[in-house]
Amino acid sequence: MNARSEITEKYLQLYQANIGRIEKSSPAFINSFRSEAIQKFEQLGIPTRKNEAYRYTDLEIFFKHEFKNIFVPGKSDYLKAERFRCDITDLDAHGVVLVNGFYPSITEKMRQLPGGAWIGSLKEAFVRFKDIVENHYGKYAKSESDGLIHLNTAMASDGVFVYVPEGSNLDKPVQVVNIVDSEDDIFNQHRNLIVIGENAVFTVIICDHTLSPNKFLTNAVTEIYVGPHARFNIIRVQNEHNNACKITHTFIHQEKGSYASSNNITLHGGLVRNSTYHFLGGRGAETKSLGLFLTDKWQHIDNFVNVDHASPDCTSNQLFKGVLDDMATGAFNGRIYVAPDAQNTNAYQRNNNILLTEDAKMDTKPQLEIYADNVKCSHGATVGQLDEDALFYLQSRGIDQREAKLMLMFGFAHEVIQNIEVEPLRERIDSLVMQRLRGELSRCASCMVKCG
Amino acid sequence: MAKEQDKILNDVASGEYKYGFYTDIETEKIPRGLSEDIIKLISSKKGEPDWLLEFRLKAFRHWQTMKMPRWANLKIPEINYQDIVYYAAPKQRKTAESIDDIDPELKKTFDKLGIPLEEQKHLTGVAVDAVMDSVSVKTTFKETLAEAGVIFCSFSEAVREYPELVKRYMGSVVPYTDNFFAALNSAVFSDGSFCYIPKGVRCPMELSTYFRINASNTGQFERTLLVADEESYVSYLEGCTAPMRDENQLHAAVVEIIAENNAEVKYSTVQNWYPGDKEGKGGIFNFVTKRGLCRGENSKISWTQVETGSAITWKYPSCILRGDNSVGEFYSVAVTNHYQQADTGTKMIHIGKNTRSTIVSKGISAGFGQNSYRGLVKVLKKAANARNFSQCDSLLLGDKCGAHTFPYIEVDNPTAIVEHEATTSKIGEDQIFYCNQRGISREDAVGLIVNGYAREVLNKLPMEFAVEAQKLLQISLEGSVG
Repeated sequence: MNARSEITEKYLQLYQANIGRIEKSSPAFINSFRSEAIQKFEQLGIPTRKNEAYRYTDLEIFFKHEFKNIFVPGKSDYLKAERFRCDITDLDAHGVVLVNGFYPSITEKMRQLPGGAWIGSLKEAFVRFKDIVENHYGKYAKSESDGLIHLNTAMASDGVFVYVPEGSNLDKPVQVVNIVDSEDDIFNQHRNLIVIGENAVFTVIICDHTLSPNKFLTNAVTEIYVGPHARFNIIRVQNEHNNACKITHTFIHQEKGSYASSNNITLHGGLVRNSTYHFLGGRGAETKSLGLFLTDKWQHIDNFVNVDHASPDCTSNQLFKGVLDDMATGAFNGRIYVAPDAQNTNAYQRNNNILLTEDAKMDTKPQLEIYADNVKCSHGATVGQLDEDALFYLQSRGIDQREAKLMLMFGFAHEVIQNIEVEPLRERIDSLVMQRLRGELSRCASCMVKCG
Repeated sequence: MAKEQDKILNDVASGEYKYGFYTDIETEKIPRGLSEDIIKLISSKKGEPDWLLEFRLKAFRHWQTMKMPRWANLKIPEINYQDIVYYAAPKQRKTAESIDDIDPELKKTFDKLGIPLEEQKHLTGVAVDAVMDSVSVKTTFKETLAEAGVIFCSFSEAVREYPELVKRYMGSVVPYTDNFFAALNSAVFSDGSFCYIPKGVRCPMELSTYFRINASNTGQFERTLLVADEESYVSYLEGCTAPMRDENQLHAAVVEIIAENNAEVKYSTVQNWYPGDKEGKGGIFNFVTKRGLCRGENSKISWTQVETGSAITWKYPSCILRGDNSVGEFYSVAVTNHYQQADTGTKMIHIGKNTRSTIVSKGISAGFGQNSYRGLVKVLKKAANARNFSQCDSLLLGDKCGAHTFPYIEVDNPTAIVEHEATTSKIGEDQIFYCNQRGISREDAVGLIVNGYAREVLNKLPMEFAVEAQKLLQISLEGSVG
């Protein structure tokens, strides 16, 4: 019929060809989601620009490409990951390295961290924490319009599992370094699950990196459950090369009185699409969704945020900022939904963008959908350039134009970075952003922990 | 003064839709349904030239390939397009040369609506083109306008008298392929207004079209074409009402505006179609395509709308800013009460250099009303120094209504500055308390606050309209405060 169904067809065939192998290596419970998911995918297909949520992002070029697909990790993948572990130094965090989305689970099946949290692969978790996985897996990642989420549910075989029991408080954040490294062009899908018990405190830093120059496509889904009165931070630092396409879907489900913040820092990447879904499912929950992206060349970055105020007395705050250079394009898609009985809602949303060149392009779509009356909601969006007056002010004080521009851009970006609650990381990202703006961080050669 | 106030109070207290009467007047209707034959029939009834029939048929064939759009945030029941009468005309003597020739019943209708067709009694100086059901009934002040060189007449007359103007401009801003309802309108449009302001003329008075749906089971499909030639200025008003009925009636209009170099057009609408009753039964479906083209340099098009009526409103008056330094403006107040739904907003397409646009949209939702703002600001690559400011505020009265905002901002030029702001809130208890304390009742306090909230937009309306609009706002919100 048309190009879209051809691509969709290709992935349906891929499913048929590999499903036997995938099912063999996954627990039955996870397999039980697959057939329904593939049906949904069949209906929705790979999103095209006709899909409202993907209006400004064209995925076709990546999905058309012939990838080698790793559905079930081989032994060498684990070994590679094991080797990488020792590279983590500097940042005071519990480190985990994933290679191509898989958790290296040869030597340690399930690791307990000081403070009581468990971390391991989803597959292993199913052996040890069967109830928890069954209670949460597949519950939050729902979508009526995004076929990629269903494709992930249908085909992903593994990913990271974190369980933070009730009341536990980790002394240090957990850092997940996500490395894509392969001699072939690969398409990988992984599925993560994070469960945080009542009153627990947990911070996770996810760093996405590419190590080899091949073409990569990643489609990851992360489900996060934040229990009553728990506190959770997720900070994602993306630094991939121009040939990589990274699509992440993060679902944060919050219970009453909980706090969650999500921060997407995109320093580099060919095509990046971050979808973050915040579900405020209990009274008095608070959520923050932040994002910063710096793009140049032909890069394209799309941030999609959906904040669902399903309960009364909740607060949400969105702040997304972007600097676009060269021929880069960017998109922001933010939505606040206030359910009919979610009274006393406070919801804010802001998107500011700076275009540096003639060829850069930014599309933004901040939306409000409000079905309750006792609410305070606002949103704002701007697209512009650096303030001429501010530039002049700095120049009149003997700062040269280049430096003045850098200072202004840095200040612009810092508004997002200052919200990072882990201090050493905040400083690290500040310096990374500065390097990035100076053009010194042109391609990520290794993970951010090493370049500090 | 006191009397005037009493009258307003009375109007407010009575509250119901006051234009809901039906005039028992002989109408000529064609059979229900839509087909090429029906279109040919409409065309022959109006004695149209072949090129226009050809245009209609092309539009109809294209319409048949289209699907009803579903993207709006609206719940639209299935519309049976074969169950609508596409042409209904009040029967009258051949030509209405003077006021005495008009059917007295018809005259009464318009008198009742407060639309004076009698020129001599009318001192405010507004020229009116009155459209009832499918045809234009009477255009006033023709002679005065003719002296200035302004052409203001019904669309059918324009087709007869000025075919080359109509041919040149019709469909140039809203082509028949534009969207589902524009295609439908292009196929079956029955009448409307045509206005041409020649070079260098400042139109001596406000022009106004008054639309009235009277017959049942009919749809109204009018077309307005407004051309402002170089250095001209015109202010144009539009008002609409319909009788109260249990059925839904369809209104799908097309408005096209063309502004040449240095021309300025101000287009104001007070839309008060029958909104349906308190249970959401009946009412008009108002699916309108309005678009202005700032073709020349330094041209300006300004849309002002007060939307209080209609069961469903689907309307996006837009500006294409093609000429350098051209200006587009959009000011809107949309009220949804009971079960009304509105999905309205604008599109500002910046093509020329130094183009500017302003959007101020104020939504008010009450009862079970759903009110959406949907807007697009698009800055194309060549639109250097384009500037846009958008503000859309929503006010919620009651806990069952909804207010939504869907702005789209697409910027392709680094020198452009685009800003969008929106807020949603309800009337604060403290504000009402403050008024109560000073002896202002709850109901009046709400009216006061709402009027203050909408002031920014109402101020843009011509004076007579502003007063009417203010009253309308109050009436529309009647009974919405618990």
